Amino acid sequence: MPSDPREGRIVVVGASLAGLRAAEALREEGFTGPLTVVGEEHRPPYDRPPLSKQVLLGTAAPDTTGLPMRRDPDAQWRLGVRATGLDPLAKRVLLADGESLPYDRLLIATGTRARPWPHPQQAALDGVFTLRTSEDAARLAERLAAGPRRVLVIGAGFTGSEIASACRERGIEVTVAERGPGPLVGALGGTLAKLAAAMQRAHGVDLRCAVTVSALRGRDGRFVGADFSDGSRVEADLCVVALGAIRNIEWLADAGLAAGPHGIACDAGCRAVDMYGIVTDDIFVAGDIARFPHPLFDYQMLSLEHWGNAVAQAEVAAHNMVSPGPLRRPHLTVPVFWSSQFGFNIKSVGVPAFSDQVVIAQGSLAERRLVAVYGYRGRITAAVTVNMAKWLEHYQGLIESAATFPPGPGAADGQPLVTEFPIPSDVPDARGLSHGPTVALTGHLPVRRLTVVRSAG
Amino acid sequence: MRIVVDLTRCQAYAQCVFLAPQVFELHGEEALLYRPDVPEEQLDRVREAVVACPVRAILVGEAVDAGAE
Repeated sequence: MPSDPREGRIVVVGASLAGLRAAEALREEGFTGPLTVVGEEHRPPYDRPPLSKQVLLGTAAPDTTGLPMRRDPDAQWRLGVRATGLDPLAKRVLLADGESLPYDRLLIATGTRARPWPHPQQAALDGVFTLRTSEDAARLAERLAAGPRRVLVIGAGFTGSEIASACRERGIEVTVAERGPGPLVGALGGTLAKLAAAMQRAHGVDLRCAVTVSALRGRDGRFVGADFSDGSRVEADLCVVALGAIRNIEWLADAGLAAGPHGIACDAGCRAVDMYGIVTDDIFVAGDIARFPHPLFDYQMLSLEHWGNAVAQAEVAAHNMVSPGPLRRPHLTVPVFWSSQFGFNIKSVGVPAFSDQVVIAQGSLAERRLVAVYGYRGRITAAVTVNMAKWLEHYQGLIESAATFPPGPGAADGQPLVTEFPIPSDVPDARGLSHGPTVALTGHLPVRRLTVVRSAG
Repeated sequence: MRIVVDLTRCQAYAQCVFLAPQVFELHGEEALLYRPDVPEEQLDRVREAVVACPVRAILVGEAVDAGAE
């Protein structure tokens, strides 16, 4: 590696939000060497949140969500080619077209892909979709515009719930099947899942919880309906499989990194950890693929699928890639995410899954606007707002300062707490959900969940 | 010209909705939806919205050029 970290050659693998923001930040931080960004999709970096909202509602075309640049990163873009391997000793990234790219420092930002329906033949039926890429959104939006009689959504996580919301807004009948006790339960726990369920039913969703889909049925190669584990059936024209995401780590099977189903372990400075728990100094990770320790949550390793985390972590990774050791920064951002569905704005700060109790601190379930505050062993660890987004920052401050749970009367707006006593937050075991949680607490040790992953195909 | 709104920061002050209603709209009380591709004739309004946003959540810029090799 060159003596000045602002020189040398940097390769970024992954050309989505984290990859783009890292590339920009590298230049802002004074990196002057050659920069290559590798992306599997043919499209330049685009924004994904609108795909399950504006695009499905028909108010934005799927090919218009290209991310604006803050500055031109002056990069060589290698789009439409997949990275197939990494040789950390020779310091080369191997590409599907046979080429290999040398690097002095590497940033891995390969993110996630949609988890497919597990039965390939059923998944191949015409009318069965997943939603992750702009191509997925384009095809699904076209079929929604054609006016299906009913759509089946499998999985009531954020993506599944937003799809159901868009369908209802377009006047399309929807059935939602969720293996867990309610929508969004993995992310928000049992109390808010009840509100989410009421919200869906009030908007005419045929919501079925604590049930699994046992088979997708087809006729002449077209999806026509599904069988449920309770013996019931549904007839539908389209099926959207919203079972959460799989991290794109298979290409690293032989790289010797601590890579597993929750991503690639890294230190607080985004430096990847190898399979022996030793930190590397030339391989960095950012975005959905990263699994990092967080002091606010007992230093457990966290995996996040949040837009804001991709941006913040990419900036820290880029800074650290071009800075000498003592000038490096930790990535300590408090997790924040949002979702809009059924006319509600839901925002979360902290990690609601890291909780044992919850209290409605402002508003109420009946008013359909509230702040739920989550606590773990007597301190505040998360807050969720429904149509009360302005309060988020206040609670973020309480989380960052490890304030006492439950928050005292007057902690927020001078009003007494709405619920007199905290109640269990009812965070379920993630294994019982149809979809994956968007925040995963993955334990303390960087190598604890190590698996060497080999693709089945 | 493309925009992206950092909805992590957005607090539904709705200044953008007042200034450029053809680009930004509130969905319900406070969920913001917007057109990621800004039509030419809306550029000035969107630039005003960028400045007016109290939490500076709107980013305007060119999309990445695919052909940039």
